[in-house]
Amino acid sequence: MPAKKLNLRKRYELLTRGMGWETTHQDMDDVFPYDSFEGIKITDWDKWEDPFRLTMDAYWKFQAEKEKKLYAVIDSFAQNNGQTNLSDASYLSAIKLFITGVTPLEYGAHRGFAHLGRHFRGDGARIACQMQAIDELRHAQTQIHTISHYNKHFNGLHDPFHQFDRVWYLSVPKSFVEDAMTAGPFEFITSISFAFEYVLTNMLFVPFMSGAAYNGDMATVTFGFSAQSDESRHMTLGLEIIKFMLEQHEDNLPIVQRWMDKHFWRAYRLLALVSAMQDYMLTNSPLSWKEAWDVYFVENGGALFEDLSRYGLKMPKYHELATAEAEHLSHQVWSVFCLLGNATGFHTFLPTEEKMDWLSEKYPNTFDKYYRPRFEHWAKQKEEGTFQYLAALPQLCQVCQIPMIFTEVETDPMQLSFRVSEYKGDKYNTCSDGCKDIFDHEPEKYAQAWLPVHQIFQGNSGGATIPEVLEWYKFAPEDGGDYIGSQDHARWQEWKGADDKVKQA
Amino acid sequence: MSIEISAKTIQPVRLSYGNLKERFGDKKPASRYQEAVYDVQPTTNFQYLPIWNTKHELYDKSKTAIVMEDWYSFADPRQYYYGTYTIARSKQQDVAEHNFSFVDKRDLFDSVPEEVKQAAREILVPLRHVEWAANMNNCQITDECYGSNFSTLAMFNAMDRLGMAQYVTRLGLLLDGNEETSLDAGKQAWMEAPEWQGLRHAIEDMFVLDDWFELMVAQNFVLDGLVFPLLYDRFEKKLTVEGGATIAMLTEFMDDWYKETVRWTNALAKVTAKESEANQELLSKWTNKWTDRLVGALEPVAAKAFGADGIEQLTKVKEELLARLTKSGVTGLKRS
Repeated sequence: MPAKKLNLRKRYELLTRGMGWETTHQDMDDVFPYDSFEGIKITDWDKWEDPFRLTMDAYWKFQAEKEKKLYAVIDSFAQNNGQTNLSDASYLSAIKLFITGVTPLEYGAHRGFAHLGRHFRGDGARIACQMQAIDELRHAQTQIHTISHYNKHFNGLHDPFHQFDRVWYLSVPKSFVEDAMTAGPFEFITSISFAFEYVLTNMLFVPFMSGAAYNGDMATVTFGFSAQSDESRHMTLGLEIIKFMLEQHEDNLPIVQRWMDKHFWRAYRLLALVSAMQDYMLTNSPLSWKEAWDVYFVENGGALFEDLSRYGLKMPKYHELATAEAEHLSHQVWSVFCLLGNATGFHTFLPTEEKMDWLSEKYPNTFDKYYRPRFEHWAKQKEEGTFQYLAALPQLCQVCQIPMIFTEVETDPMQLSFRVSEYKGDKYNTCSDGCKDIFDHEPEKYAQAWLPVHQIFQGNSGGATIPEVLEWYKFAPEDGGDYIGSQDHARWQEWKGADDKVKQA
Repeated sequence: MSIEISAKTIQPVRLSYGNLKERFGDKKPASRYQEAVYDVQPTTNFQYLPIWNTKHELYDKSKTAIVMEDWYSFADPRQYYYGTYTIARSKQQDVAEHNFSFVDKRDLFDSVPEEVKQAAREILVPLRHVEWAANMNNCQITDECYGSNFSTLAMFNAMDRLGMAQYVTRLGLLLDGNEETSLDAGKQAWMEAPEWQGLRHAIEDMFVLDDWFELMVAQNFVLDGLVFPLLYDRFEKKLTVEGGATIAMLTEFMDDWYKETVRWTNALAKVTAKESEANQELLSKWTNKWTDRLVGALEPVAAKAFGADGIEQLTKVKEELLARLTKSGVTGLKRS
């Protein structure tokens, strides 16, 4: 008897649906206890459309092929000392920030999506989240393997996971992902899949990967490209979940809009670190933060929200401010890293003349006016031997945990932006209206924040002096400070010759 | 790359990440397995309590009663990280794919006696729901467990179970030429046929277990330790004798998978039991509790599968399981 023909869609449906069942011995609300308390109303999980149709056999096959190719490149990179082909060893500050700040986020996403992969009531949504959970694990592991070779030849890459839990600037990514993970499942997926992966991922991915390509870092380029096909699945999931929530019930719109506003701002503040990487850490920058923002957020993001307006979803609150800040962000962030370069796990360096000219060109309204004089002043001080790192620890924003360095760019770019909220008799400082709104909506959550600077003052970070704290971070003395004169620099010169042009001052 | 540079030997300044140097010394570079699974999970200074479980930190050792001085004292004998895992499964799925297309192309099902096909419909097809539940339970373990070593293993296991649920589904479709009647009948049996209700009840109770390590014992030690040897091994052999070798070809993946997976559950049982008297007692208590419950639940399934021989087959499988766990150091198990 000839078998009945099954089209691909039907076949996929049979392989992913109908295996779950309505439990009768346990209440479904006990089996799935977390998917209703946030107030999102799902009337029919069967309306879920899988954003990608992958059965496990196909998944194993495709992913194994990608892994074989990736590891062949990683092996060859190590065997041929690919690190000697970088544009400059100072470039690795970006990779040091990446493995300490981004790789742990991949692991967090792995666990967060596993939580959703178990706890969403809909079979299709669970499978999609499980696929992402294992992909995120892949990204963490391939990044560790790729960067492992750099760790063998450079400082500052040796203890990323210990540092993620402790270091003052790494609480920015840590608090970001833990914020999402400690929220309910629908908020988590809105934060990670939509606000971060769909709306803003290009702001992370493109600068890092094209930055790597521009600076001879073939290892990072390879894992980046290898991850990209996973990322495109993840982005599709982000869009699907938003549409699904908005189509299921009209009451979901205000909740989703509030999450969108919150997590857009949260993710945007996290990306402030990327802006500094992009404009300052890269020896050769493929595009400036401002250019990236204009293309990936203003243009592409604008079109996306135009498309979503039929569901009633509006552009995230304070997006105009983020666009106005684009001319200032990287300069402000890199300045604070330079001032605290004695307490970073990567090398800092002042922009060269050539770099400053590039910045003037890319930031015609702001760089020469506000930031060039600052860097030139510090350069002069360094020459004279009078430059001093900040003696005091910076105050951190209670929400994004970045030092309070941002300014009132719309009115007076030299005026610090500073907001205060009160909760149970205590005052809490935030860096912006965006962060203040987030605090004020859930003060009981953000009052719990583990702020690294507060913890140092309370004696919970290894001691009262900077060397004690750095030791507790497992920052070796040779990990931070100026690039020029560092062990990394000396090693680079040993390979490339001492007369190799100094690319970073 | 210039020839001179590539010809140079460049001495590394360190061989491994710091955490691995502390664990394994710095005589030689850490393996990819070690790099991938050790110490990646955050351990301290959590920012906020989960609003969905304010009794525990985001990652919290106290989510199970099992106490380990070091949750990384256990190593996977297969040394799986994502790359080695997907490459291994990719090879297995190649074989499975070949078997499925071979059966399909040669119409091998035409020569399988109808009673054997019916037995496969009644006993094997409902297992897609059992694998689906195993997927949920291992996802639960991935969510709740402690340490990146554990979450990696549980995640791979969860995806394996989804894959096997899909292979059983394909078997069901082949059985009736894609008419879906076998899948529908399997679901109905799972929900209503008396022989499956004890197992379904037990599995639904597993869905709401508080302690993820108890779930680990119930699902991956006990239930798998009964179902795979009983139904994918012994029952398949019976079908083969009766003219159903074709069916065994289509479930080869499961048989191989179990033989491989039991290596890590054995290793896990061993390390956990060895850690302390208290752990050993918990493992014994949970193993006894779930062995009683699940053997009872599987009795009618075994009777349906093997007829008069069913209880004896199940008893043998149970004996093997308990002997294996005892050998791994889980003592105090009730043998009869």
